[in-house]
Amino acid sequence: MNRIIAKTRLSDDVYRMELEAPHIAHERRAGQFVIVQADVEWGERIPLTIADADPQRGTITLIFQTVGVTTRKLAELEVGQSIDAVLGPLGNPTHIERFGHAVCVGGGIGVAPLYPIAQALKNAGNKVTVIIGARNKSLVILEEEMRAIADELIVVTDDGSYGRKALVTEPLKELCQVQDTPDIVVAIGPPIMMKFCAETTRPFGVKTLASLNTIMVDGTGMCGGCRVNIGGETKFVCVDGPEFDAHLVDWDGMLLRLRAYKPQEESHNREYVEHHQCRLDAIVANNREGGAR
Amino acid sequence: MNDASSSTLATSAKATLDGITGRDLSNRDRMALPVQEMPCQEPAVRAHNMGEVALGYTEAQARVEAARCLQCKNAPCIAGCPVSIDIPGFIRRVAEGDYHGAAEVIRRTNLLPAICGRVCPQEAQCQAPCTLGKALKTVDKAVQIGRLERFVADRERAVGGVPMPSVAPPSGKRVAIVGSGPAGLTVAADVRREGHEVVIYEAFQKPGGVMVYGIPEFRLPKAIVREEAEKLERMGVRFELNTLVGRTRPLEALLHEDGFDAVFVGVGAGLPKFMDIPGENYVGVFSANEYLTRANLMRAWDTEHADTPIYPSRRVAVLGGGNVAMDSARMALRLGAEEVHVLYRRTREEMPARAEEVAHAMEEGVVFDFLSSPTEVLGDDKAIVTGLRVLSYRLGEPDASGRRSPVAMEGSEHDVPFDTVIVAIGNESNPLLAKTTPGLEVDRKGHVLVDASQKTRLDRVWAGGDIVLGAATVILAMGEGRRAAAAINEYLKGK
Repeated sequence: MNRIIAKTRLSDDVYRMELEAPHIAHERRAGQFVIVQADVEWGERIPLTIADADPQRGTITLIFQTVGVTTRKLAELEVGQSIDAVLGPLGNPTHIERFGHAVCVGGGIGVAPLYPIAQALKNAGNKVTVIIGARNKSLVILEEEMRAIADELIVVTDDGSYGRKALVTEPLKELCQVQDTPDIVVAIGPPIMMKFCAETTRPFGVKTLASLNTIMVDGTGMCGGCRVNIGGETKFVCVDGPEFDAHLVDWDGMLLRLRAYKPQEESHNREYVEHHQCRLDAIVANNREGGAR
Repeated sequence: MNDASSSTLATSAKATLDGITGRDLSNRDRMALPVQEMPCQEPAVRAHNMGEVALGYTEAQARVEAARCLQCKNAPCIAGCPVSIDIPGFIRRVAEGDYHGAAEVIRRTNLLPAICGRVCPQEAQCQAPCTLGKALKTVDKAVQIGRLERFVADRERAVGGVPMPSVAPPSGKRVAIVGSGPAGLTVAADVRREGHEVVIYEAFQKPGGVMVYGIPEFRLPKAIVREEAEKLERMGVRFELNTLVGRTRPLEALLHEDGFDAVFVGVGAGLPKFMDIPGENYVGVFSANEYLTRANLMRAWDTEHADTPIYPSRRVAVLGGGNVAMDSARMALRLGAEEVHVLYRRTREEMPARAEEVAHAMEEGVVFDFLSSPTEVLGDDKAIVTGLRVLSYRLGEPDASGRRSPVAMEGSEHDVPFDTVIVAIGNESNPLLAKTTPGLEVDRKGHVLVDASQKTRLDRVWAGGDIVLGAATVILAMGEGRRAAAAINEYLKGK
């Protein structure tokens, strides 16, 4: 049981939660993730990246977007309540060294796992440029935190409601074209964004890492549900990754595999939302009646 | 195997028992008694529910079956049992109606009889050398030791008579067990009995290892596994769930920081093998581990309650011929598949699955495509599985192991439509713990190296079960656990 000690809503559907997990807080390194289960009887196991950790306090911070049933259930938990099961830290830590100039590209919720990596790269003595991309202003997260550690921070939005109106690949390309070209690029975000980051840096021969977030069950190498094709070889994201050379990832194959349970997920989601809407309506109706009395 | 209905079996057993009660039976009389078949749910019914398939003997059946035992002096069956249960001893007590006494005999060497009675490959172990089977010229007519073991264990559970093993006063020593599968649970019980403090670390949210994520409800009800774990808790064993030793806590930290005097590693095989053929990453191809974990541990079969989705299938191909392949095929049927095929490169005789599981699968309508194996998974432009390209084989000369090896028939490739492919060709060792534990030596295949007492090359660390043996069976894992526990107890005594 992992008690929630802080909860913030970062945007409409993005939440930050700090929870007790002393062992994970102690062992985790940048780039690792956890498997979370909202309830152990019927809940599913989903991978979430670790955005931050405080070994002294024995806490880790998760940032998640409510996209499925589990993340919705998590979002309903309040401070003082507990998450049934949190397993981790899983996956290999990011290899951190002094590369020189490191460019960290984060899209949407991907900025969360990118933060500890950018931090570690900075601490290792790299010049760190951070590109944050989001659909619109309300979805930009961790801007201040990133600004505090980055040598340069570039914010782009799809609709131009904040920062520059562009996709992350535009400033990334510009950075590859100037004198001080990146020595390493780390891209984390929606698969399609990571794919295009890989295509952007490929002609320049800039080493690019991507952190993959595939479907998983156990997260320990046992099920193989997370397998991806990397340079012609099958790898498991949970134990061989989650980071891979973005130029070797079979992005199209991975994108198709992510769709495996789409119909079930959508119907689950619908049921969940409808069920909760009913409950909400009932509560509202009750309150109204109560008020009238 | 299942031509008679449960009630017919019960009635005729009762009549047989009445006929022999009070009589002194000669060996000839015993040999003439009919083998007691296992009452089962009707195939057409059970193929669509998760309830247990085999229903267990009635009392009369158990006593008739026990009366078949010749009580051989040399007891070849005991040598066939990996944990050396006194088989004639417990069977004699069943014949006498002393079920409690029978349970006590079994418990001397086997702590999980309700599980072993259900999942052991008895026809290859204790029942293989049975004198009666040899005399009647078929292992099918051997004394049904596994069914009797199950009867005794279930009977004891039903009357609530399972006594708690006694626990010695606290020794002040602490033992960590990594993995809560059959090996880990066995070690926990044996070590705890000596008064040592025991903590079991388990990565999943429930204890039991392969018995909860792999073996389906219809073959091993999860309530039985839960009871065994609860029994250990009542003995004072503590479970630390959702803890992956090697990641959440390094193994070395258990020894050097957390104050454990000894560690047992029983983490299982846990890395699924794939065929390494084109198309294997298409949507609709699953390892049996994934398919069964979703269905069993995550209970995805209950779509009304479970959040975990499972792939909707109509035509399923299962690749492999072991117990896991049978479990996957029968699970697919229960999840609503219209047609399920098992593709196996050899023939029924060579299949490693328990004979009873193969028979049950056939009764339920699983189609067996022997002497065939795919060369490619076919898919559409969305990378969704549409079928398999299958190559036919014939059996050639016996190889070094005596098994006739399959020879591919050239030009026999043909395409068969499927929407789901489940790969059940075995597991390799999960490298995670060895990778994160310096000094824990493994062989080329990743199996942890141990000596005759299950001791690894690391000081104060023992190992057993599939991580040592490669993918094997519940009972072999328990046998290793018993040896390791004896060695750990011996070591702690001297400390």
